[in-house]
Amino acid sequence: MIAADEQIGTYLELFSQFQKRAPGHDVRWLRDLRESAFARFCEVGFPTTHNEDWRFTNVSAISRATFELAPKSAVAARDLGSYRIANAACQLVFVNGHFSRELSNLGDTSPGLTVSSLGEQISVDPASLEAHLGRYLNIQRDAFSALNTAFAEDGAYVHIRRGTVLLNPICFLFISTARDRPVISSPRNLIVAESETQATIVEDYVSLGGDATAFCNTATELFAGDNAVISHYMIEREHQEAFNVSTLRLQQERSANISSHSVLLGGGLVRNNVHPVLAGEGSECLINGLFIGNGHQHLDNYMLVEHASPHCASRQFYNGILDDRAHGVFHGRIIVHKDAQKTDAKQTNRNLLLSDDARIDTKPQLEIYADDVKCTHGATIGQIEENALFYLRSRGIDEISARKLLLLAFASECLERMAANPARDHVEQLIHGHLLKIANSTKNLAKLTTEDRDRNWEEIG
Amino acid sequence: MSLLEIKDLKVRVDNHDILKGINLTVNPGEVHSIMGPNGSGKSTLAQVLARREAYAVTGGEVLFNGKDLLAMKPEEAACEGIFLAFQYPVEIPGIGNAYFLRSALNAVRKYHGQDEMDAMDFLPLFREKLKLLDMDEKLMNRSVNEGFSGGEKKRNEILQMAVLQPRLAILDETDSGLDIDALKIVSKGVNAMRSPDRAMIVVTHYQRLLNEIVPDFVHVLANGRIVKSGGPELALELEEKGYAEIEDTRQPMPA
Ligand SMILES: Nc1ncnc2c1ncn2[C@@H]1O[C@H](COP(=O)(O)OP(=O)(O)OP(=O)(O)O)[C@@H](O)[C@H]1O
Ligand SMILES: [Mg+2]
Repeated sequence: MIAADEQIGTYLELFSQFQKRAPGHDVRWLRDLRESAFARFCEVGFPTTHNEDWRFTNVSAISRATFELAPKSAVAARDLGSYRIANAACQLVFVNGHFSRELSNLGDTSPGLTVSSLGEQISVDPASLEAHLGRYLNIQRDAFSALNTAFAEDGAYVHIRRGTVLLNPICFLFISTARDRPVISSPRNLIVAESETQATIVEDYVSLGGDATAFCNTATELFAGDNAVISHYMIEREHQEAFNVSTLRLQQERSANISSHSVLLGGGLVRNNVHPVLAGEGSECLINGLFIGNGHQHLDNYMLVEHASPHCASRQFYNGILDDRAHGVFHGRIIVHKDAQKTDAKQTNRNLLLSDDARIDTKPQLEIYADDVKCTHGATIGQIEENALFYLRSRGIDEISARKLLLLAFASECLERMAANPARDHVEQLIHGHLLKIANSTKNLAKLTTEDRDRNWEEIG
Repeated sequence: MSLLEIKDLKVRVDNHDILKGINLTVNPGEVHSIMGPNGSGKSTLAQVLARREAYAVTGGEVLFNGKDLLAMKPEEAACEGIFLAFQYPVEIPGIGNAYFLRSALNAVRKYHGQDEMDAMDFLPLFREKLKLLDMDEKLMNRSVNEGFSGGEKKRNEILQMAVLQPRLAILDETDSGLDIDALKIVSKGVNAMRSPDRAMIVVTHYQRLLNEIVPDFVHVLANGRIVKSGGPELALELEEKGYAEIEDTRQPMPA
């Protein structure tokens, strides 16, 4: 595809300035990485809906906008009260992509753990990053990943040394603040979990101070060494006009076990890419997600699960709840490479549509090059069951509470897949609050007739 | 004052007239049994009394405790004291039984201006009722009715009734599918709730339930109307002769 877009010129200008001042601009490999990424971005440009991977998501609102690189800006600590996470091991705070030491809580130092900002790490010890940074994210196949890499200067850096077990979650808070002009930020996170480690990571995306146009194009590379057991949470709760594209690239070594939990509540145009590569034999991943949209939110989940070794297992479970005119997408792609015998891959996408105008597109895509594999997929679309609603109400529970209970029951399928941890408590609380709001919007209280009962759940795909 | 007064109630479902003028008065302390052939409208009547909105009332009125029942939402009717034990209890994955029951009780308590009960306060009451119905506490940690056997579902309905203590209990074929032991347990639970200020409507096809829960009145519902009423002996007569005779005498079929 040709990058015919007039905005490429703007990015070129931004990039040439950026390359002069960015941390690590004098570090050869890093400069080369950014330059090749930018070149790739210019070559392919933003995707259009002709691109199969973007068929259901039109990003012209992003490709047409003129963004500035988000400058460093300040936020008052008192405004963060509600975004703190109880029992976090630490919380790194980023404002428009820039690390804020004052707002962050770096927690107790543990001998097996390094937590810092990528920007600082680049300045202090760039050599420590070379083995991992940019090694996993595929800038060839995805323009947004290329763009993120080109402008990568800050984000979270976590290094967990062999055998370290961390119980409380390591949290990152990414705040977008309202600016006069549209801004783009490109948080870049690197998490290296050596073998035999255990940890929980939380990425939490929020907005402060109004719904000005902002584009957060974020990417995380997570390396899990042999036998590492890692949980990762991605929480999107920016305002309803925000653009958010995130890519989580998981690299799993032998018997590494990763759980990825995505909880999308906010954002206007959201693309959530999760891309695990099961590179080591016997590795496993759980890809669990819940997306809840209302208004005109567009929430696109693109899963790319690569089985590259034998005896690996992947489980994808995504549940969507869509109200008003919200549009959800679940694209679940599974690639089983030639040598990945005994692959066990499963994918399930369940959706609740609460209004006639809400929409879901769900698409499984299996590419299997090995012969001894087990791959299953399934998707359902349904409404709130009138039967269940009446049953609850017939016991005295009012309609709004009954609806909330049923929505929560649907959402709890995802919650139950999260191990008991302060991170789970945090998202559970967010989901409860959010669903109460959805249940309260009485404009679409169920008015199903008895005829509708039989077609409540429809198997698709 | 009578507890329930149904006057010429007419109900239409999907353009079919299902109830064609029901009249029934139920006083506190009474147990009424409604019998009748399949498809005669028994469950429709029960669901309308529990205020299922999908069933359109096309005529008549219903007073409950002197109040206009047909103007109430399902949750209001429940809080006012109507309880329907469903013929087909609904499975609700993801909502815990105990949690559901406590939410229901608290909704009713709140309606009557009483304090809500927390899990600790609730436990003794809950255990007492479980024991009454010979139910395993483990069932309560599962989702509402999910994976329950037919008998467990029916017992669960009576458990809910025992916790909610309604003024009028409507039992829709609570005996169907129960073996004789389970039938006795369920009946014991129901009989324990008989009281001078509570009434019951028991929908059933079988005399064996009425041996356990002896009604004061028996009504035959056929083709959307109550075609015959009598005492407990009417049920015995029906068991012997079937409905055909009664229907035939009341509603001669056009040739
Ligand atoms: N959702 C519906 N759509 C169309 N017809 C319905 C619906 N529900 C009930 N009916 C019809 O209404 C009539 C009465 O049904 P109802 O369930 O009240 O009968 P019943 O007396 O309870 O029967 P049973 O003894 O089999 O339980 C039947 O003819 C039934 O087919
Ligand atoms: Mg029935």
